Amino acid sequence: MIRSFGVDEILFLLQSTGWTLVLTITASLLGGILALGVALARISTHSVAREIARVYIAIVQGVPVLMVLFLSFYGLAHAGLELPPIIAASIALSIYASAYLGDIWRGAIESVPRQQWEASASLALTRRQQYRYVILPQSVKIALPPTVGFLVQLVKNTSIVSIVSVVELTRAGQLINNVTFQPFKVFVAVAVIYLAICYPMSRASRRLEERFRVYRGG
Amino acid sequence: MAFELQFAPVVADAPILLHGFWLTIKLSVSAICLGGSIGLLAATARSMAPRRYQWPVDLYVELIRNTPFLVQLYIIFFGLPALGIRMSAEYAGLLAMTINLGAYTTEIFRAGIESIHRSQIEAGLSLALTRRQVFQHVVLKPAVARVWPSLVSQFILIMLASSVCSFISVEELSGAAALIQSDTFRSLEVYILVTVLYLLLALAFKIALSFLGRWLLPGAAGRARVTSGGKTGETPRS
Repeated sequence: MIRSFGVDEILFLLQSTGWTLVLTITASLLGGILALGVALARISTHSVAREIARVYIAIVQGVPVLMVLFLSFYGLAHAGLELPPIIAASIALSIYASAYLGDIWRGAIESVPRQQWEASASLALTRRQQYRYVILPQSVKIALPPTVGFLVQLVKNTSIVSIVSVVELTRAGQLINNVTFQPFKVFVAVAVIYLAICYPMSRASRRLEERFRVYRGG
Repeated sequence: MAFELQFAPVVADAPILLHGFWLTIKLSVSAICLGGSIGLLAATARSMAPRRYQWPVDLYVELIRNTPFLVQLYIIFFGLPALGIRMSAEYAGLLAMTINLGAYTTEIFRAGIESIHRSQIEAGLSLALTRRQVFQHVVLKPAVARVWPSLVSQFILIMLASSVCSFISVEELSGAAALIQSDTFRSLEVYILVTVLYLLLALAFKIALSFLGRWLLPGAAGRARVTSGGKTGETPRS
């Protein structure tokens, strides 16, 4: 029997949007922790750590998210870990996020003027204290707009994990399409929900960028 | 439980893989040419148009940039036939890539054009150049030169995004991988191999596009990026 695209279907889409958001939040938290490590390694005084972080970023950024997903999925299975798809998907998205966020944050940390390092060093702060009290608080402001901008990419890329049958928004759209045969309506509805999530974030990113540009002058 | 990686069965299917590899290159290069042109045209039109006629371009950019590529692909491949527009999976993939890249490059070109200082344009006009000449020589060339690195990143991102076309059964590199996987059951080996191929392709694109930039826009490389214009430092987005 062919169902029509009605209120129940829209509710199902909205419910699956929850999983899209869960994936986004998990990946940004886990990926964020990893990214901080990547960013700090990328600018550490240790040349091996620097090199490893550089190669890590280059590899993850040079590979489709889909491949990161498949490698996590089949790689974990190969290692004997039969994890539910949602876990493998979260891991893949976290790896993806860590490389991009790590690179963004490295840039932000590096764009804090040298004099800030020198001044704080002359106050006898240790490197850890320099980061904690001087450098990171300033880089957060610089990093915030592109970070929010990247989160938009992350929300959109969660759609890719529909291939390992995690029922997030896009997968829900496919399932509904399979029973209603109204692909145009269904996928436009899906697109509108993504737009409702991403557009405010894009706006916020632009606003923040305009606001913080004032502080960066010079 | 632990077993060895076996690449031999995968390598036996190399022709499928090569075919997919070539299709990925064809799709990406076509999308870069077409999408890049759309971006250039849209950004130019927007900068020429009076403020109240700029909204169609802005709408296009916002709609595309705030929805996933996969959903755009589904709308084109599954949705459009419902409206009577049919096309093969390859063309649907190419169309989606072109539209998607067009929106991102519009934004990049726009940032470049806006970064050209007013005084440059006034200087050009005072030298009796026509508006068209000013746009072409004073605004466009330096603008493109300034945003070339962002363009290169965006071009590589669309090449990587072409992997998503395998969702609608386009047999490009990822699609070929899926085929071999169902044939040999060596999933991890296939995906390791394909990942390496994507990496090499990304590297090759980067090198080729940098050369192209140096050839098309002499003097672009090594020129200090002007930051006072603001938006050129934007991170590329997939």
